[in-house]
Amino acid sequence: MIHATLKELSAALARKEISSVELTTLFLERIERLNPRLNAFITVDRQRSLAMARAADARIAAGQATVLTGIPLAHKDIFCAEGWLTTCGSKILSNFVSPYDAHVIEQFNAAGAVILGKTNMDEFAMGSSNETSYYGPVRNPWDTDTVPGGSSGGSAAAVAARLAPAATGTDTGGSIRQPAALTGISGIKPTYGVVSRYGMIAFASSLDQGGPMAKTAEDCALLLNTMAGFDARDSTSLERPREDYTRDLERPLTGLRIGLPREFFAEGLADDVRRAVEEAIAEYRRLGARTVEVSLPNLNLSVPVYYVIAPAEASSNLSRFDGVRYGYRVPEYADLLDMYCKTRAQGFGAEVKRRILIGTYVLSHGYYDAYYLQAQKIRRLIAQDYAEAFRHCDVIMGPTSPTVAFPLGAKTDDPVQMYLNDIYTIGAPLAGLPALSVPCGFGAGGLPVGLHMIGNYFSEARLFNVAHRFQRATDWHTRAPANI
Amino acid sequence: MSLTLDQVRRIARLARIEISTTEAEATRDQLNGIFRFIEQMQAVDTTGVEPMAHAQDVAQRLRPDQVTEQDQREAFQAIAPDVEAGLYLVPKVIE
Repeated sequence: MIHATLKELSAALARKEISSVELTTLFLERIERLNPRLNAFITVDRQRSLAMARAADARIAAGQATVLTGIPLAHKDIFCAEGWLTTCGSKILSNFVSPYDAHVIEQFNAAGAVILGKTNMDEFAMGSSNETSYYGPVRNPWDTDTVPGGSSGGSAAAVAARLAPAATGTDTGGSIRQPAALTGISGIKPTYGVVSRYGMIAFASSLDQGGPMAKTAEDCALLLNTMAGFDARDSTSLERPREDYTRDLERPLTGLRIGLPREFFAEGLADDVRRAVEEAIAEYRRLGARTVEVSLPNLNLSVPVYYVIAPAEASSNLSRFDGVRYGYRVPEYADLLDMYCKTRAQGFGAEVKRRILIGTYVLSHGYYDAYYLQAQKIRRLIAQDYAEAFRHCDVIMGPTSPTVAFPLGAKTDDPVQMYLNDIYTIGAPLAGLPALSVPCGFGAGGLPVGLHMIGNYFSEARLFNVAHRFQRATDWHTRAPANI
Repeated sequence: MSLTLDQVRRIARLARIEISTTEAEATRDQLNGIFRFIEQMQAVDTTGVEPMAHAQDVAQRLRPDQVTEQDQREAFQAIAPDVEAGLYLVPKVIE
């Protein structure tokens, strides 16, 4: 049962082979047993989860179930859920019990899904290894001396270790796809504006996008059916007709044009990752796809551009944490200014402070044009590179991450090395494009490798199709870590 | 470009983050490392390129000027560090 897909669990619930209370209990017990080793969850509330499971069972009995009714889901601790501690991985929100639900949580609640708990994450989603969390690092279930990636590292580890059937994440520069790759699961960052950001604690508002993380692309499609949708409370939520993201899953791949950017396979890509990705692409050729070489000439600029734009937006967004209306307030201070400065100095961790300072600087008088405006101009050049590439192909493929999971502590002293980890994933959020990662093999140390695919705007259904056909032909997505 | 200790202190003050001298020195070195990396942007000719603030080219929606939110003051203030009579308390600002 722990290895079952959402589709299988949904069928088992519908046939009354298992109840939601039994299913929820099964996963709560696994969390109790395995979480001390993995630190994937920040908050688990057994009573609250079981109450939701009982309500789901009643709904199933009444014949009013949706496909997600009774399914326990883990949520990244960036999503506000009413009555749940919602920390965003930070000390400054360590006492924040949310008084309201994020739109994503509302949607899942309405569908009858069960909240299994809140997952660990890099503080305010700023990190690529889950080591910046105030609640301690998450460990990769494939090798607990390595990182699970970040920032949605808790969600990724929870799904990989079968502590949850599926989870939510958010992606600003790769925070869904990179941890999915490093833990051998599937995850998608939808087109910007598809999933409402209401109640999703803001990091960089022009890039942040929520999305599902699960064992299969098909499960991600099922989850996105519920997560996506217009919400007037997010000013960037797009008013589009509802889509069934599972509609094209079985479509044959004959004639699919896969673009391979030569920059994705250049210097910096580890040999083991390259090998696994090239084998996956060979599989696609067998499935009827053909490949074309494309180019993303500004790829190397995407990381510096991101580390101007994201901190700039973060410095503005995080100014709301001042110890006045909610969250942590330092116990002793001299006056109002001192209270702000001490609260923020003690409430934020080192990486978050670093990014606030970068953002404050690049937005300050005299530097705005040289940094922020220049970054926004190059952002357009990067988006144009993708538009040009999509004139020649239907989907862009490559590695999700340049290496497999790295050891804990390996990159914490060198922010630039940590940032370069996101080289392949940062472009999609800068351009606003949807992008997905699926497991495609194993590299050094038996650690998972992710295959990255980027689609044109609103091509999620096609991406799920391309990923699903691969998962029908391969079994990488069914592999689970030993000793779990 | 290289940040000085005074600049780091000034940025921290603007960001309302207290910073000790030791922290300021370490922060200066780290930020300078990051800015050296960011500097490669300056070599790009962006003459005539329109800045891209957002991924989707859409305009802000407008809505009728009507009250849509209900009063939730009690729920929201229940989680505040310090409140009294419906007001958020902070150290005295005006003498």
